[in-house]
Amino acid sequence: MVLEMPLLLAAPLTGGGVLALVGHRRAAADINVLFSVLTFLAAASLTGRIIAQGPITVLHAQFFVDPLNVFLVTLTAFVGMTTSIFSRPYMRIERDHGRVSDGGMRLYHSMFQMFIFTMLLVLTTNNLGIMWVAMEAATLTTVLLVALYRTPASLEAAWKYFILCGVGIAQALFGTILVYFAAEKVLGPGMGSLLWTHLDEVRARLDPTIMSIAFVFLLVGYGTKVGLVPLHNWLPDAHAEGPTPISAVLSGLLLNVALYALIRCKVITDGALTALTASGPGAPFAGRLMMGFGLVSVLVAAFFLSRQRDVKRMFAYSSIEHMGLTTFAFGMGGPVASFAGLLHMTVHSLTKSAIFFAVGHAVQKAGTQVMQDIRGLLRVSPTVGWGLMLGTLAILGMPPFGVFASEFLILTTAIAEQPWAAPVLVLSLGVAFAAIFGKVQPMVFGDATAQRLPHRPALLPVFAHLAIVLVLGLYMPPYLAEWYRQAARLIG
Amino acid sequence: MLEHYGPQLINLLAAVLLLLAFAMLSQRRILSLINLFAAQGFVLFLSTALVAYLTDQHHLYWSALLTLALKVVLLPWILHRLIRRLNVKWDVETLINIPTTMLVGIVLVILAFNLSLPISRLAGTMTRSTLGIALACVLLSFLMMITRSKAVPQVIGFLSMENALFFAATGAVYGMPMVIELGVALDVLVASLILGIFIFEIRERFDTLDTRHLEKLKEL
Repeated sequence: MVLEMPLLLAAPLTGGGVLALVGHRRAAADINVLFSVLTFLAAASLTGRIIAQGPITVLHAQFFVDPLNVFLVTLTAFVGMTTSIFSRPYMRIERDHGRVSDGGMRLYHSMFQMFIFTMLLVLTTNNLGIMWVAMEAATLTTVLLVALYRTPASLEAAWKYFILCGVGIAQALFGTILVYFAAEKVLGPGMGSLLWTHLDEVRARLDPTIMSIAFVFLLVGYGTKVGLVPLHNWLPDAHAEGPTPISAVLSGLLLNVALYALIRCKVITDGALTALTASGPGAPFAGRLMMGFGLVSVLVAAFFLSRQRDVKRMFAYSSIEHMGLTTFAFGMGGPVASFAGLLHMTVHSLTKSAIFFAVGHAVQKAGTQVMQDIRGLLRVSPTVGWGLMLGTLAILGMPPFGVFASEFLILTTAIAEQPWAAPVLVLSLGVAFAAIFGKVQPMVFGDATAQRLPHRPALLPVFAHLAIVLVLGLYMPPYLAEWYRQAARLIG
Repeated sequence: MLEHYGPQLINLLAAVLLLLAFAMLSQRRILSLINLFAAQGFVLFLSTALVAYLTDQHHLYWSALLTLALKVVLLPWILHRLIRRLNVKWDVETLINIPTTMLVGIVLVILAFNLSLPISRLAGTMTRSTLGIALACVLLSFLMMITRSKAVPQVIGFLSMENALFFAATGAVYGMPMVIELGVALDVLVASLILGIFIFEIRERFDTLDTRHLEKLKEL
């Protein structure tokens, strides 16, 4: 019996329950950190086991861990932990400012843990049905958090988030029903037909027509949560109006998790469609769809960036751009592109959450999210200023940060395999660079408008994230590279 | 007797579901809308129980009971309470262009039938002809959510979309495994409770339930 697996899921689940009882007491933030650290320790030791033993299944194959999801589990637990450290002073300041009520604090801490739980469940479950249920639950846990401030704008954002993601995820349920329908013909009825490992074994025998229709529904459904254009409308609003720690985990983790669900479905669809490869077109059907959606997302998001005035909204559009790029990479497929896609998922997640941490404190100091009113962060707090500047340079793909390495790999693969797409990508990245850098630069340098804060901000997470991204850009440890390579091989 | 007419009865119930979906699309009164939703749940219960009896799939009896408890009793009861407490029980929504909406609906039905043709051809279930209707109901609920501007009808659209998906699962594969169905039911229940809380908040902040007022956040 693998002990790490139940611990990994039990830690955040118990955490959610305990924090609901603890309520708004001062210790709640510390308990939140404690449970997040526990979750991370479980994830780290699970990773050690996977490296040593290879893929495992737990509890009658209901849970399944392989190199692909274990790296996302570690990432999720790690960013969850740093976010809980960041949110400790951040939420105290918000409460001192009177933006959150006592009940709001209880809701925040409890739902934060539940959110981490649902994401870990999506990642580790072997059952496509449970995956859907957990994905919907992830929406439900965050929807109340987006509306935490109870302002008209935040209510509007949460309503939009709920309705759009609800409709989207309903399409994914239809897709899941169709997958079950195709699988039932081969594997027979029952829970076994929804297990990913079973589906993967018989994927060449699944009916290609049904699987391709199913994949379209799954792409629309999970794609809504990834934030692919034109299904992205909820994303900027939810990121801008929710509390900053939630923006950080939405951007850094939830989008990744939704993309992970999509990748799992793509592997099976590809398998079912290989039967058609010999007989003509239609073979890389799923990949082409993902490339198309990804490219449109990169392009549209890049051009929307320059029109933003709200700093969190701008970085939300940047997330759409990067998720589009990652989706494009997985759409191309092949060992190099998948490797680059996985690397990009990691570095984007770390960098974007670091940026949101820095932005959170910058916004608290300036008292506004409007970029024109935030000036001279460097004068007020060098750490926040440099954190934001370095994070921005990293996300824009400047060497020597890790984002450069992954974007470089994606671009060179695109030039070699999909030359038509390369100019679009280069253009979008250029436009995004000009837009973001032009707006962040005056925020960091220049005369100060910001003020001091009652609690010391926790900026350790920002620099910890950026340091990892820097190291990934300069030198990738061989075991990590091997691990990514194994995961990329699984995706194909 | 029932075995003989069973498949035809299921087709009849499917047709009733489609009619109900159209009725919901054009219904202006919130109270009647909730009653239509309950009726949809009841037809769903009947058809699931009938499929369970005809195919001897015991787990489907449980899903039928779950449908009865959740979609015929609990959710309509919550919705009734909600509109009573919000004092919108007798509200009438002004819907523009009902005929156009209906025409769009018919186009969606044709689309759904075409799309489900290759799927139902492969289905071995006796209920395969209902798959097109189920997909049509999903799309019609979707259309309803788009055309409505009030919060409560949007929620009903969301719930009726879930009903249609449930019907699709019964039609195509005699229902999903029980654990999944329980999970989905739990999600739907929690979702409707959260939406209920939201509707109160929205009314408190905006003094109206018209979501057209929720249009401040957009690109400049």
